[in-house]
Amino acid sequence: MDWGFILERSFSAMIGPEVMIYALAAVGLNVHFGYTGLMNFGQVGFMAAGAYGVGVTVFWLDWSFWLGLVFVFVYAGVLALLLGIPTLRLRADYLGLVTIAASETIRLLARSRVMKPVTGGVEGIDKFAEPFYNLSPFDLGKFYSFGPFKYLGRDIWVLCIGWTLLILVTLMVQALMRSPWGRTLRAIREDEDAARALGKNAYFFKMQSLMLGGLIGALAGLIQVIQKSSVQADTFNPVITFTIWTILIIGGPGRVWSPIVGSSIYWTLIVFVENVLRQLPAGARANLEKTVELSDFNIGMLRYIIVGLGLLLLARYRPQGIFGSREEMALDRR
Amino acid sequence: MMRRGGRVALLALGVLLGMGAAAPAFAQISDDLGVFGQLQYSDGSGNKVFVAGVDLSIDDVGGATTDADGNFRIPVPSPGEYTINIDVATLPAGIALRDPDRPSLQVKVSENADQRIIFPLVSAEASALSGASGGAEGNWSVRRVSQLTLEGLKLGLYLAMAAIGLSLIFGTTGLVNFAHAEMISWGTLMAYFFNIYGLAGFLGFMAGWPAPFGGGIEFVVATVFATAMGGALGYVLNRLVFRTARNSGVSLLAQMVMTIGLSILLRYVFLYFFGGRYRSYGEYASQRANKFWVLELTTRDSIAMGVSVLILVAVGIGLTRTRAGRAMRAVSDNKDLAESSGIDVEKVITQVWVLGGALAALAGTFFGFDQVKWDLGTRILLLIFAAVTLGGLGTAFGALVGALLVGVAINLSTLVIDSELKNMTALIVLIFALLLRPQGLLGKKQRIG
Amino acid sequence: MTAADSDTPIVTASGVVKTFGGLRAVDVDKLEIRRNKITALIGPNGAGKTTFFNLLTGFDKVDAGTITLDGEEITGTPPHRLAAKGMVRTFQLTKALAKLSTIENMKLGALNQRGEKFWSALIPGSWTKQEREVEARADAILQRFNLTHMRDEFAGTMSGGQRKLLEMARALMTDPRIVMLDEPMAGVNPALAQSLLELIKALPAEGRTVIFVEHNMDVVQEISDWVVVMAEGRIIAQGTPSEIKKNKAVVDAYLGAHHGEDLSRVQLS
Repeated sequence: MDWGFILERSFSAMIGPEVMIYALAAVGLNVHFGYTGLMNFGQVGFMAAGAYGVGVTVFWLDWSFWLGLVFVFVYAGVLALLLGIPTLRLRADYLGLVTIAASETIRLLARSRVMKPVTGGVEGIDKFAEPFYNLSPFDLGKFYSFGPFKYLGRDIWVLCIGWTLLILVTLMVQALMRSPWGRTLRAIREDEDAARALGKNAYFFKMQSLMLGGLIGALAGLIQVIQKSSVQADTFNPVITFTIWTILIIGGPGRVWSPIVGSSIYWTLIVFVENVLRQLPAGARANLEKTVELSDFNIGMLRYIIVGLGLLLLARYRPQGIFGSREEMALDRR
Repeated sequence: MMRRGGRVALLALGVLLGMGAAAPAFAQISDDLGVFGQLQYSDGSGNKVFVAGVDLSIDDVGGATTDADGNFRIPVPSPGEYTINIDVATLPAGIALRDPDRPSLQVKVSENADQRIIFPLVSAEASALSGASGGAEGNWSVRRVSQLTLEGLKLGLYLAMAAIGLSLIFGTTGLVNFAHAEMISWGTLMAYFFNIYGLAGFLGFMAGWPAPFGGGIEFVVATVFATAMGGALGYVLNRLVFRTARNSGVSLLAQMVMTIGLSILLRYVFLYFFGGRYRSYGEYASQRANKFWVLELTTRDSIAMGVSVLILVAVGIGLTRTRAGRAMRAVSDNKDLAESSGIDVEKVITQVWVLGGALAALAGTFFGFDQVKWDLGTRILLLIFAAVTLGGLGTAFGALVGALLVGVAINLSTLVIDSELKNMTALIVLIFALLLRPQGLLGKKQRIG
Repeated sequence: MTAADSDTPIVTASGVVKTFGGLRAVDVDKLEIRRNKITALIGPNGAGKTTFFNLLTGFDKVDAGTITLDGEEITGTPPHRLAAKGMVRTFQLTKALAKLSTIENMKLGALNQRGEKFWSALIPGSWTKQEREVEARADAILQRFNLTHMRDEFAGTMSGGQRKLLEMARALMTDPRIVMLDEPMAGVNPALAQSLLELIKALPAEGRTVIFVEHNMDVVQEISDWVVVMAEGRIIAQGTPSEIKKNKAVVDAYLGAHHGEDLSRVQLS
């Protein structure tokens, strides 16, 4: 086994594009769930809105990439309104039902034959991000390494912009949550009726929260499709939403830096496990393949099994995240 | 008592895991990807006829010839885009492509799914006939509307069986079980397993014999076993996961996140062992439709619909006339009141999980007629959510009414929208139900905000 | 404040009806609440007191009838608007916001905070001055409620009685004209109860009207100026505490088993 290779991959994963993209989406979910208590089970729908915001503008309308960036936020905002208006006056679980249903519908709509002229159907949209990469100061095709990290030039360019945005957005969320606005969101999370009795229009605040978190999710979707240079409906699978949930709960919902910490832990773990399994000696691999069906395809599927099991166990035993204090958990149980 | 219950649960879990681990047998069929389809046309009187002996091919990959039921499948090495060619020369006399200029079709095979492809065929006889009667019949013809309504009722009946459990579990525990979709898939996969490998295969596996272990059993019997396994899954999930969570005071919202985790876990365990390709039951996979008046229905579907009606009536009678059923409704209605009047709430919750699991599994076996697939349940989860919300979350009869309405609405919506988008109708129903009557058609008006 | 002369009622309810599943939970012909007085709402369990409270405070919608506040109709007005009009309530099951600190709970109560607007929240300079004023006011009230030692603790760590105190203190942060307390004494230990009573008694002098639901007749006797008795959704009697104590109808109809006993010894449950 080539441990050097495995460690190099794992280190690179620690701050790689996936960590950044999922962390950003998780910042949005943190605004929803961590601070406001909104059960958004369709964050991937907001990511898709962001992705198609720019994709459709370039592909269908034939407008410029930069103009498309505006539509990222228009789509996400409209989506938040559509999801929020029917549900935010009702019990928390209805938002969950509608968001999971809507996010899957968005995917099916985007990949449908009918929408093919607009969204590119199953084939999706590519070659739209050139204006972004043209600005790159790095040689797109060259590998750069520094310390234990090693990335392709185009990834470094995405990473620079992405991490900058991620840090800025995180700082913005931090500032907001320290303000009276954020205090009201947290109060609504704890007890909506108490907030209403004290003169807070809970519906309005929840809608603002849904929009803000949704816009941040859309930003994550945008960066993801720029990084992949293609918009593919099937990448916006519901399981992405729940990977984001797992990441958020690993880090601890309602903490400013938890999306970044959670995402980094999750992806480092996944990349490490997958690479170890793929690098197993041939004999051991064949044995595992025979006894527990560990094919190459199934190694890829393991991450989702880990997500499912992780979410189940975290929600059961550590809803405050792996760093959450017992005192805080006790407050939840009261 | 606790102790014995715990052992039963552990035993049941062992059995369930055993079933999962038995799955290498599934995978032996082949885990590769492919392109598949069924060649068929309608004869002059509207009956489906399947076309055998037609050659199809993918350049540089391989080819296949349709079997007696018109089925073909060409394995492909990896996801990607392929061009499928049909050899027009091998079509029977009088049968032609509807689009003669398209003997090759492009298809994109994605990571974990077989791709279905359709070459529309027409018979000279049928096209002559429709020509004589003055062109194709209108979209809104009596025949089409009635046929769609019938299909809608069929979907609605299956949905109702799947939805009742979700609604009852919500009613008695306040929990929206997002893993309900996987309880449906579980039924489909279990029916497939018993149908193809049989009880002997199952016992053989439990005894540690190497695969393959024996022949399948008749589908009808397999359905019964699958339903029982559905009840077992419901029991185990409640007993090992949600009951302990309730007892240690895990909040409902956290439990809801747990059901999401469980859903993903089960879904991908199914994919892991079952693989991503479509499969079919050993029997009844394709049947010729019978004609009644202007309607067409296969014998298989008629029986499945009949069974669904019987089961739903039985559940209805059970809920209103039996002690256990009345207790379920009492707990759904007002848990504290039920508890103080001496009802064993935990027992009722167990019964609800078992009943819900069994009904979901039975619905799953019927949904599997079209294709057996690892994420079958997930694909209809949206419809179930729409059904229970429309009918009133927490009421069993609401779920029934909602399911029938959603089933019919979805099918009729294809009169105006592309059939590929028909499931969107469910989302629209869901949103309008929440806007106009959030407590549902049969739900009692109470504060839900 | 056109109708501020002290004789006009501050809150009126007329013909207010609310049904649940065919059952008339509330059916109040006419009720007037006197300004700057303490009015107690009593009655057996299921009498509809809390439902009536919910109707008055906008947490539930009436089926029929009108409610006014200082002459202005407020039927169907949502709770957050009522709070802005000076009507604030507490809850039977205390709603301390567990994962907010005590001082955050208090500051939440202040109305019209600039920092609660999204865009202003992004610019701390626009709200920090007001925040300091709010904080000073919160500290003063905490002092009065003897909660200063809990100032920076999570509210979730408080005892039941402390939570009741906090909820009332937080309600005062809205600077209300009407304070509606749903069972303020439930679960409060005797030591705290006395100071809580004193705090409630002091409110009319600050120009606040108090309406409260209570089971404990001793409490009702001690602090209320006026008592309203509800049963089966209706108001069956009202009067001064001493009148109610002697009211045969009240005793007969609702305390059958305890007939003849001194009403003040009986816990209406």
